[in-house]
Amino acid sequence: MAEPFLRMKGLTRHFGPVQALNDVTLDVHPGQVLALVGENGAGKSTMMRLIEGVFEPTRGTIEVAGRSVTFDQPRDAHAAGIRVIHQEPEIVPDLTVAENIFAGNLPRVARHFLSWPTLQAKTAELLAAFGMAHELRPRQMCSGLGPAQRQMIEIMRAVQAGGKLIAFDEPTSSLTDEETRRLFAIINRLRDDGVAIIYISHRLAEITELADRVAVLRDGALVDDLPAEGLTEERITHLMVGRPLSDMFPDRDPSTGDVVLKVEGLTTEHVSDVSLELRRGEVLGIGGLIGAGRSELAKGIFGFHRRLSGRVLLDGNELPSGDTAAAIAAGIGFAPEDRKEEALLLMQTILENAVLCVPEKVSTGGFFSRSRALKLISDISRQMRLKASSLDAPITSLSGGNQQKVVLTRWLACDLKVLILDEPTRGIDVGARSEIYDLIRNLTDSAGLGVIVISSEMTELLGLSDRVLVMADGQIRGTFDRAEATEEKVMRAAIPQGAHAAPDNNAFSKGTDR
Amino acid sequence: MSDRSATAPGGFTLHRVVERIGIHNISLLTALIGLLLIFGILRGDVFFSTRNLLNIGMGVAILGVLAISQTGVIVSGGLDISVGAMVGLTTVATAMTIQATEMAGLGIVAGLLVGGLAGLVNGIIITYGRINAVIVTLGTMAIFRGVAFILSDGQSISIFNDSFRWIGTGRILGLPAPVWILLAVVVGFYIFLHKSIVGRNYYAIGGNPIVARLSGLNIPRYRVAIYAVSGVMAGIGGILLAARTGSGQPISGSDGLELEAITAAFLGGCAMQGGRGTVVGALLGVAIIGVLNNGMILTAVPTFYQMLAKGTLLIVAVFLAEFRLNKA
Repeated sequence: MAEPFLRMKGLTRHFGPVQALNDVTLDVHPGQVLALVGENGAGKSTMMRLIEGVFEPTRGTIEVAGRSVTFDQPRDAHAAGIRVIHQEPEIVPDLTVAENIFAGNLPRVARHFLSWPTLQAKTAELLAAFGMAHELRPRQMCSGLGPAQRQMIEIMRAVQAGGKLIAFDEPTSSLTDEETRRLFAIINRLRDDGVAIIYISHRLAEITELADRVAVLRDGALVDDLPAEGLTEERITHLMVGRPLSDMFPDRDPSTGDVVLKVEGLTTEHVSDVSLELRRGEVLGIGGLIGAGRSELAKGIFGFHRRLSGRVLLDGNELPSGDTAAAIAAGIGFAPEDRKEEALLLMQTILENAVLCVPEKVSTGGFFSRSRALKLISDISRQMRLKASSLDAPITSLSGGNQQKVVLTRWLACDLKVLILDEPTRGIDVGARSEIYDLIRNLTDSAGLGVIVISSEMTELLGLSDRVLVMADGQIRGTFDRAEATEEKVMRAAIPQGAHAAPDNNAFSKGTDR
Repeated sequence: MSDRSATAPGGFTLHRVVERIGIHNISLLTALIGLLLIFGILRGDVFFSTRNLLNIGMGVAILGVLAISQTGVIVSGGLDISVGAMVGLTTVATAMTIQATEMAGLGIVAGLLVGGLAGLVNGIIITYGRINAVIVTLGTMAIFRGVAFILSDGQSISIFNDSFRWIGTGRILGLPAPVWILLAVVVGFYIFLHKSIVGRNYYAIGGNPIVARLSGLNIPRYRVAIYAVSGVMAGIGGILLAARTGSGQPISGSDGLELEAITAAFLGGCAMQGGRGTVVGALLGVAIIGVLNNGMILTAVPTFYQMLAKGTLLIVAVFLAEFRLNKA
């Protein structure tokens, strides 16, 4: 085999007492796709930050093309040909497509002036090469672009800047199936051009399809580095969690009780005339395409959006409209989809985030009692198997899966009757996922909660739910019992009526986590 | 990773001391000591005299009250630049009431009431009108000032009530009464902002209003309340000023008091977007400004240049606060 483009030697990084990456030695070869897998917190993102020069390694070295290098800042890594495409594309919305692609490397005339003709021509050339010419224009502003297009712009930027190693961190998390196909075609082309590729994803089907080699990280250490050929998803999962996940969704006999939550003709600005019933001990799944109004329904029930008409009854008592405090007091919890924007206080600690909804349980006479808070939260977080150096650590120091556990801890600290989970496993790895599934089971079966799960992952939706509601255009378009719910039926109900375009099953990603 | 114990195992190490005080407060203390050294070297004879130190204390009492309530407002995600004008208005209200009734107590009540009402107006317009706090309080700054001039007919109103004057000039255990009042405000606000559930909720609201609302907090009520509190505190500031000068003057509080209060709050570690800031930090910010003001006068820095220094300090304070936030 040829000389590796990038070689990590004994790469180690500590954050305080936490060892994020431990003695990892790994080669990345030109013209190869190296898939990097591991649970959240296994060290993938840390490795990316080290090779991109955001952090310096505590120990160990990085070699590029046989030369040992140290990156003080990302600019140095970029100069060495290393580019990381992050989950949230870093583009400037108020600049044009062309300016974003050539940011930092704009063609000039007379040293100080931008050469628009050159820029435009070069951009058009790149867009054509990437098959994006029909979709993007060089002078188009980037503010209106979707995630897939933003990502393509970042990739083009990396390519035009002479990137020799491009790392993709969860690139498909917000892409449709079709956009994913296109991305794969581009990655395959880059590989043929001799670019070294690192590909990080939780979706194992993508990895078996795309990768030449698979490197598995667990708790910061490299546990395996092997050719992708012949690897099954089953096997990769096993390597990642260190134990086989025989079945994440055991069949069960739903022993549901009385109706706990009743929604009658709920209409808000976003949903119209929704009626549903949720029983004690029941998991009610809500499926639908992105934009079908599922999160909006949850926010309508929870009182975040004002009701225009209809009623929401908990144990027969009507909840006031637009009053989240009343919903919580009555025993409804809601974990929104976007953790960073809607669930977590990023400036605060784990403990502060966890006690947000239970002031009365962590105070004495209106004053915060740290000892009571610690007792309450450490009990719950132990059950949740939260991995954190301390409850006083900043919430941002946790991985996505552990942040979600803190959100769930917050709600478990309340005395809930109903818990609404909006995409509870978005961006969460297989191991933490199965823990969250177990937890949901536990809540319904032992604690008798009614749980509503909104999910875009078909496997998860069908596997978890006792009953599935399907939404489209802000309305309910189908209800299926566990026995009769199939992927096809759900899909058919989810397609908006009167849609001219071909059915777009893309918003559902096939579950890849078995 | 399994170690989740909240307190690190014993040991009174330097590291723990630093952590307890906070790295930010330590840098403020360092800056303060630096200023003391500079002015001590330049004018040590006068600077460290008891009289001068008491002077500094008197000087920062009003500013301190305002900076601390400003911290509360900024933590909640807002800003109140009408505090100087509210101080002016309350000096007039207090002086007029005392002139009419000869009763110190009624004057104090009037000052607090007028301040609170003015703050309530701010809060209601900002919250229910959904207008940017800076714009609203910029507008009400002119309005409150205008009301003060109209009420007083542009004249200074003298106060001859001795028991009222004592608030500004009296001493307890050798310390001026205004300093005691500042200390009371510091303790009260510290408990409110850092220990009470209501206070802690302001950090949630300022940190991310969507999260706060999804956690069941009634944001409008909290918002209105913090501006009303800011008004009451401006009322306290106004009472202190009226008692010290023995008069109610519509023009008083217009010499950049809001600028200094906001500067102190940002020096103290507030974040522009809200959700961050401490009472102790604000107090240290106030001390720095107080020492700087006093030192510049002692070392005969011309007034016009003092203004340059104060403006620069605000921008530097916000720059440092944001820089720190982006680093984290």
